[in-house]
Amino acid sequence: MSTLTMNNLQKKYPNGFVAVPGLDLHIDDGEFLVLVGPSGCGKSTVLRMVAGLEDISGGDLLIDDTRVNDKGPQERDIAMVFQSYALYPNMTVEGNIAFAMKLRKTDKGQIKQKVAEVAELLELTQVLDRKPGQLSGGQRQRVAMGRAIVREPKLFLMDEPLSNLDAKLRVQTRAEIAKLQRRLGVTTMYVTHDQVEAMTMGDRVAVLRRGVLMQCAAPSTLYESPDNLFVAQFIGSPSMNVVRGVVRSAGEEGIVLEVAGQSLALTGAAAQRMAGLAKYGGQEIAVGIRPEALGGDGEGQITVAVDLVEMLGSEKLVHASIDAVAVRAIDTGVEIGTGTSSTMIASLDPRRDVRVGERLTLSVDTMRVHAFDLQTGAAIGRS
Amino acid sequence: MGDIFSSLGLVVVGIAAFAAVIGGLYWLASQLPEPWRERARTVVFLGPGLLLLLGLVLPALINFRLAFYDRNGDWYGFGNYRDIFTSSNNIEVLMNTLWWGILVTGASTVIGVVIARFADRMRGEPIAKAAIFLPTAISMVGAGIIWNFVYSPREYGLLNSMIGLLPGEQDIQFFLQDSKLLGIDNQWIPGLNSLLIMVVIIWIQAGFATVVISAALKGVPDDLVEAAKIDGATDRQAFFRVVLPYIKGTIITVVTTIVIAVLKIFDIIQTMGKGGSFGTSTMANEMYEQAFPQDNEGLGAAWAILLFLAVAPIIYVNARNQRAMRGAR
Ligand SMILES: Nc1ncnc2c1ncn2[C@@H]1O[C@H](COP(=O)(O)OP(=O)(O)OP(=O)(O)O)[C@@H](O)[C@H]1O
Ligand SMILES: [Mg+2]
Repeated sequence: MSTLTMNNLQKKYPNGFVAVPGLDLHIDDGEFLVLVGPSGCGKSTVLRMVAGLEDISGGDLLIDDTRVNDKGPQERDIAMVFQSYALYPNMTVEGNIAFAMKLRKTDKGQIKQKVAEVAELLELTQVLDRKPGQLSGGQRQRVAMGRAIVREPKLFLMDEPLSNLDAKLRVQTRAEIAKLQRRLGVTTMYVTHDQVEAMTMGDRVAVLRRGVLMQCAAPSTLYESPDNLFVAQFIGSPSMNVVRGVVRSAGEEGIVLEVAGQSLALTGAAAQRMAGLAKYGGQEIAVGIRPEALGGDGEGQITVAVDLVEMLGSEKLVHASIDAVAVRAIDTGVEIGTGTSSTMIASLDPRRDVRVGERLTLSVDTMRVHAFDLQTGAAIGRS
Repeated sequence: MGDIFSSLGLVVVGIAAFAAVIGGLYWLASQLPEPWRERARTVVFLGPGLLLLLGLVLPALINFRLAFYDRNGDWYGFGNYRDIFTSSNNIEVLMNTLWWGILVTGASTVIGVVIARFADRMRGEPIAKAAIFLPTAISMVGAGIIWNFVYSPREYGLLNSMIGLLPGEQDIQFFLQDSKLLGIDNQWIPGLNSLLIMVVIIWIQAGFATVVISAALKGVPDDLVEAAKIDGATDRQAFFRVVLPYIKGTIITVVTTIVIAVLKIFDIIQTMGKGGSFGTSTMANEMYEQAFPQDNEGLGAAWAILLFLAVAPIIYVNARNQRAMRGAR
């Protein structure tokens, strides 16, 4: 099958705006790569360059080791699912699915057979002779999928294909697409701004900010070892709590952080995985703790004041204030909040009794504490 | 000058009187108790419209009756219609009208599509479109006079001057009197003169077609074309198989509008075809020529009826298309 490689891929729009300053990315044969990032970060731009719908301003784009920069979308043998689905309104469902094959002058009997197969697979058999205008949103989405898979292309490209579906259907379709992709084994690049979609669907997830790749790794890696503050806060919902802290001491015997006037000791393995903090002795850093790492048992402790309790059924979200300044990744780097306190969210066992206004001591899973450089936002790890 | 002011004054007085009458009636109606008030108001507002409709329908019915009489006012049955379909002169008129409908509509629409497509997103598109649309604003009589200069056999005739530039001695051509086409002269095909007059109307209608189709093209979603290209379509295939079908409704509107205008073509035949001489006459022209200069009201009325029958189905198609377009949204 096929691989996709981008070497220093660049996009400068005619108005001078540089949407993608230089992207290096490789997608393996059969891999499902999700491109995720906030609105306007250049996801669609990258996808459209791969599709051939947007000129490439610099660098190389290779499909199967062949440079395709100068090939039109017709010659790249790719299929794309648009956010709007872009179904041909004047053709029936069958016509939509068969269009590409008709253009290739495929034998009529063969077209019929392939369309029937795909329709069967996507449960569209009943609606084959309807026009797109007479379909439900979910059916349209499946027709768009059908139009892509019937061609057996080298690459699937999908640009937010689920964003026009309601929440329930989106969850269901998300699983179906992932399953289908694994079954067909077609190399896929999938664009979304929804981090849940990214985490659940992708073999690997590439996080983009302002056209720059922030990290590309398996979902669990992104979640557990984010390379930088941006990824740490973008992935995960509710997002990671990050506040300013100080490295009190860092040495052989362990690390002591000070957060909100309370000290947090990291020892053993928890200290080893943050050995890089040795260089930050006495300095300020950003300390990140996911809501889930505040809920269970842990060696560390932190005391907070409860402001709000949200009961979600499977978990209880506690919004609490803490006397430390919030740190946030923004488009241009790192932003340190103003004031002296900030809000932390902890995800607790729903059975635990928590009252608004009470002072609550949360245990901190020290193996899941993250540290980031306050200037660059880079994660501080072993070295 | 004084004339203008007195006419204007009359117009103002007329409108004011009309408003006063309607307003007064409305006020009277409002004084009535329910349920009469609502009904009375309806009548007040519908009344003028119904009166106008009467003014339209009544003459139509009279015309229908008139078509059964000959030029002396004697009962003639379907004689007028029989004459129309049997005399070779009249068949030429019918054929001319048919050719007008086909050639002018076809050429205007095709030119409209081609220009709209290639001008789309071109630099200077608004200026180009304005220039193309300009002739639409010219009256037919004005257009006829302009183009008479082009076709004239006199020394200022543009076309003859251009032919004169060809090497060798060139004869002066009497274009608008040439009822032959490539040496063939019969009632089934239009003469050169008819074709040259059609050019004028194409010049006018193509502008209309371009502007309307161009607007429709802008409404075609980009990603439809992109999807077609990814599906392997060339630019041309994407245009013919995705874009054109998308704007089908608009094309039908353009075609029917032009057909209706062209079937009723009259003024240009009067100004350029010398009232339908040299085999240039069309149905609407003949209707007028028979009813007034020739004093054969019955025959003129019969032409009017036929013209109505020719236009009616097209209006029907147009109306149905409009409804379909609305339904598609
Ligand atoms: N034709 C264009 N000319 C100039 N700038 C453009 C053009 N198209 C997009 N941009 C800019 O490029 C950046 C990236 O756009 P893009 O559409 O790729 O974002 P995206 O990541 O897909 O966002 P979203 O999630 O909202 O779809 C944006 O800042 C946008 O304003
Ligand atoms: Mg986008």
